[in-house]
Amino acid sequence: MKFTLSWLKDHLDTDEPLEKLADKLTMIGLEVENIEDKAKALKPFTIAKVISAEQHPNADRLRVCMVDTGDGGAPVQVVCGAPNARAGLVSVFSPPGTYIPGKDITLGVGTIRGVESRGMLCSAAELQISNDHDGIMELPADAPIGAGYAEWAALGDPVIEINLTPNRQDCTGVHGIARDLAAADMGKFKDPGIKPIKGEFPCPAKVTVEDANLCPGFALRLVRGVKNGPSPEWLQKRLTAIGLRPINALVDITNFMTYDRARPLHVFDAKKVKGNLVVRHARDGETLLALDGRTYNLDPSICVIADEHGVESLAGIMGGEASGCDENTTDVLIESALWNEINIAHTGRKLGITSDARYRFERGVDPAFMVPGLELATRLVMELCGGTPSENVVVGKSFGDDRIIDFPVTEVKRLSGIEVPMPEMKRILTHLGFMMAGPGPVVKVAVPSWRTDVHGKADIVEEVVRIYGVDKVPMTPFERGEDARKPVLTPLQLRTRRARRALASRGMTEAVTWSFITNTAAKLFGGGQRELEVANPIAADLSDMRPSLLPGLVAAAQANTDRGYGDVALFEVGQVFRGDRPQDQFMVASGVRRGLASSEGLGRHWSGSDQADVFDAKADALAVLAAAGAPMQALQIVAGGPAWLHPGRSGTIQIGPQNVLGYFGEMHPRALETLGADGPVIVFEVILDRIPEAKKKPTRAKPLIELSAFQPVSRDFAFIVDRSVKAGEIVRAAQGVDKKLITGLIVFDVYEGKGIDDGKKSVGIAVTIQPREKTLTDQEIEAVAAKIVAEVTKKTGGTLRA
Amino acid sequence: MSDLATLETSILDQIAAAGDEAALEAVRVSALGKKGSISALLATLGKMSPDERRTQGAAINQAKDKVTEALAARRDVLKSAALNARLASETVDVTLPLRDAQAEAGRIHPLSQVWDELTTIFADMGFSVAEGPDIETDDYNFTKLNFPEGHPAREMHDTFFFHPKEDGSRMLLRTHTSPVQVRTMLSQKPPIRVICPGRTYRIDSDATHTPQFHQVEGLVIDKHSHLGHLKWILHEFCKAFFEVDHINMRFRPSFFPFTEPSLEVDIQCRRDKGEIRFGEGDDWLEILGCGMVHPNVLRACGIDPDEYQGFAWGMGIDRIAMLKYGIADLRQLFDSDVRWLSHYGFKPLEVPTLAGGLSS
Repeated sequence: MKFTLSWLKDHLDTDEPLEKLADKLTMIGLEVENIEDKAKALKPFTIAKVISAEQHPNADRLRVCMVDTGDGGAPVQVVCGAPNARAGLVSVFSPPGTYIPGKDITLGVGTIRGVESRGMLCSAAELQISNDHDGIMELPADAPIGAGYAEWAALGDPVIEINLTPNRQDCTGVHGIARDLAAADMGKFKDPGIKPIKGEFPCPAKVTVEDANLCPGFALRLVRGVKNGPSPEWLQKRLTAIGLRPINALVDITNFMTYDRARPLHVFDAKKVKGNLVVRHARDGETLLALDGRTYNLDPSICVIADEHGVESLAGIMGGEASGCDENTTDVLIESALWNEINIAHTGRKLGITSDARYRFERGVDPAFMVPGLELATRLVMELCGGTPSENVVVGKSFGDDRIIDFPVTEVKRLSGIEVPMPEMKRILTHLGFMMAGPGPVVKVAVPSWRTDVHGKADIVEEVVRIYGVDKVPMTPFERGEDARKPVLTPLQLRTRRARRALASRGMTEAVTWSFITNTAAKLFGGGQRELEVANPIAADLSDMRPSLLPGLVAAAQANTDRGYGDVALFEVGQVFRGDRPQDQFMVASGVRRGLASSEGLGRHWSGSDQADVFDAKADALAVLAAAGAPMQALQIVAGGPAWLHPGRSGTIQIGPQNVLGYFGEMHPRALETLGADGPVIVFEVILDRIPEAKKKPTRAKPLIELSAFQPVSRDFAFIVDRSVKAGEIVRAAQGVDKKLITGLIVFDVYEGKGIDDGKKSVGIAVTIQPREKTLTDQEIEAVAAKIVAEVTKKTGGTLRA
Repeated sequence: MSDLATLETSILDQIAAAGDEAALEAVRVSALGKKGSISALLATLGKMSPDERRTQGAAINQAKDKVTEALAARRDVLKSAALNARLASETVDVTLPLRDAQAEAGRIHPLSQVWDELTTIFADMGFSVAEGPDIETDDYNFTKLNFPEGHPAREMHDTFFFHPKEDGSRMLLRTHTSPVQVRTMLSQKPPIRVICPGRTYRIDSDATHTPQFHQVEGLVIDKHSHLGHLKWILHEFCKAFFEVDHINMRFRPSFFPFTEPSLEVDIQCRRDKGEIRFGEGDDWLEILGCGMVHPNVLRACGIDPDEYQGFAWGMGIDRIAMLKYGIADLRQLFDSDVRWLSHYGFKPLEVPTLAGGLSS
């Protein structure tokens, strides 16, 4: 919402300086976004006269001008390139040191092709007052030399722009803004009543409203014998100042009423309207060439005003070209109506029209001002264009619903913490147009018709507090209460937090990628369902909710590679979607390693530089699980994984086949190809929601530690097994022999090749046997060893290596 | 010179000439071993007269002591020389550069770090953390939050929708984390104190808007909390979060469908070559919106607005992260550029705590 200071002063009697008014506007909720003060910005620019203009000795296109700046001193020499620089021309001059807004430079004393230049003659574009940069400005010969240009050209009216919140339709007009400022002690509100204008004949056009729900009220009047032409200078200046283009007096009046009174109107050229007016739903197939020069296809959801020709206007949004007013208009129909807010918003969105009328009607205009607005417009038409008015035709209602709120005055203190004295409360509400009756503690507050946003007690509190001053609300310490200090994070939140730091501690870098991915990538990872496809994506490649973090991470790794950083280890901990219900959203930790990005570190190094491999991904996944508190002993590693992983270089982490916690491995080359990434890429995925929750313990004490007094014994075994036998099977078999005595087991060697038959491998394990009650005898140790050999042989078919 | 003296001199010469411990040992054996020259002399003592034995014995033992001493001294010299020689051969180039420790090389994303910072501050004030789904219903994202159907305020949220279901309803991507407030109020009885951080979505893309972003909202519902408490909490939060002693905040009336009265909050700052200093300067920077929870919202969530009251606020996590850490372009947060991440990210051991400081 834009207006000028002088416009505001038409409605507010005030001597307050602009800065103070602007601050107050912001502090009462009408946030000032910008103040454009041309008088201030253009102060150094003065009116000056070119005394002589000679050809520049060294440049064909330049002239050396002597300029009378009107300061009583000697003429100033200025080098000028404008084709219209000539002796006798009155133009605009800026001395050295002036900031030129249109060029974003500060002028200095210059020497141009060997001739000194002490200032500049300016074009309108250089002053940013128009786009005209064809030469320097040409002012009338009688313009006062030496005077300030902005002042002379009456550019001195600052333009104020406020960022209006959608609830304040009453402030889409300057009148309403002035009312708020007056309530906030910034001056006296000028609100003379609007006198009705007596009609001299019945309005010949009849109005039928077919659906009162779409059009609760409609007022119409004919003014006959008008003379339409350019509107007077004051009106043109107002409109130009806020960025509107003056068209002709009748149209300018409607725009003026829109901004002055928040009352959009429409004017029809009565001679172009055939028969009576009907407010109705548009029919399928109907079209309208609107005033913006575009043709719109209409449908029955759209409300129109039609005559015997057909549709003449998009109700409350934009008029039609055919019945518009131009300089030949002699009889004008002025329409002032009320429209259904939701339907206006819907139509505006559907047709893609943003107009000043739509902006106001979809916020809801003051219903009680429908007829007074028509009266005021009639007065303006008669003042500017003459003519004879008809009587009003009013269909439907022309008033708002009574809203009287029972308001306990203590509500102000209860919700805001601030004590506002009762007389002050009454003063504020009265100034805003409310009426307050009764002594309290519960008063009756009547809401003015233009405050369509006020419905309840809390709204009244807001009115009082925003005018009284939000800054007066005292800061009040918020006691945290006597509850014991407890951790506030949920188990999942803790897992998420720990997973991140665990992965970063492994040298990985955390990325945050988009929740949306391409449909192709989504399908690759088991997603791409229709219920997860965004209907209005911002870009074609951000169309589907991600079923996995990996497409985003793989793309990120590739992007880094393309930038020349090919050794990358990235991870992300974030949400993935398997459906559109809350329980279909999971928190997942995933990572990718690409290039020389092993667990040892990134890039080439004298101590060894390794390609990341499956075991790095396995280590990453297990690090996440350990940090997240998963029961590590219960985890099973099973060979293989989903189709997007390399079948021979991947694993699944599970607690039984029903609870899969995650996967790790090398990406399948075909999956990489689909994602457009170069391999190999090593990945893992852990679903944090699937980790079983640890049992709550009654105390924080750890179980007693048992420190054995007896030396542990270590025994090495090497088994020759089929190549397909998993090391995990050997480990499980050996470990199962005696869970009490066997306290440690490592695989220290895996060997295939010379000395081992084809299709076989040797796996070396070291078993730690920890005696508990007494030192074990050789026989006892040998008995355990024999059992291990027997068990491994039984489970895997392996034999002890000779 | 006596034979004994000659022998002694000869042995001492051999000791001095021994080049290594093995040679020295050979000398020792030849002199003091069972068949050594001095041992042989000592063996002759038994055949001597007592007088002769007294003088000769003393002389031989003296020679033996001298030889023993010389052997020990020479052994020390040789041992030390051998050690020096070994050490001299055992050198490494300590200037060879190491890899960064993994915990130094890894990075936490600034958004995660700020998430941890926020949680730490609000947990200390007694808030717990609530979360909800990104894919929401229109009812929870709008209707229950007092956005009437068709109201222009709905348009302020440029919403991503999913395809309509058979019954005509359609899911959407939440435009704020307020649906989590709704879920909290529907599932918990007051008093309520929660913060709701999470990912949110709007159709928007430029240097200060991305189609996905992050918000943290706060909600307090009880029987006495008012705007004064809200101001205090936000003031305390801003001081703690931005790690400054003073901060000037401006609360001004505004509008949100779900709060009444509604306020927007600016903080005073000075911008200096891309860096922002708080508590000074004459710029006001908008950082959050807040207000008393609208009675219609309380009612929609089954809470009696005449018995209970409370407030809510919301701010952009991305935005406050950018302000605090001098990040210029929002889009870079989601670019996954390792150069950017390693510059703006945090080391895994830099865990925000109140005792040790949020950022180190």
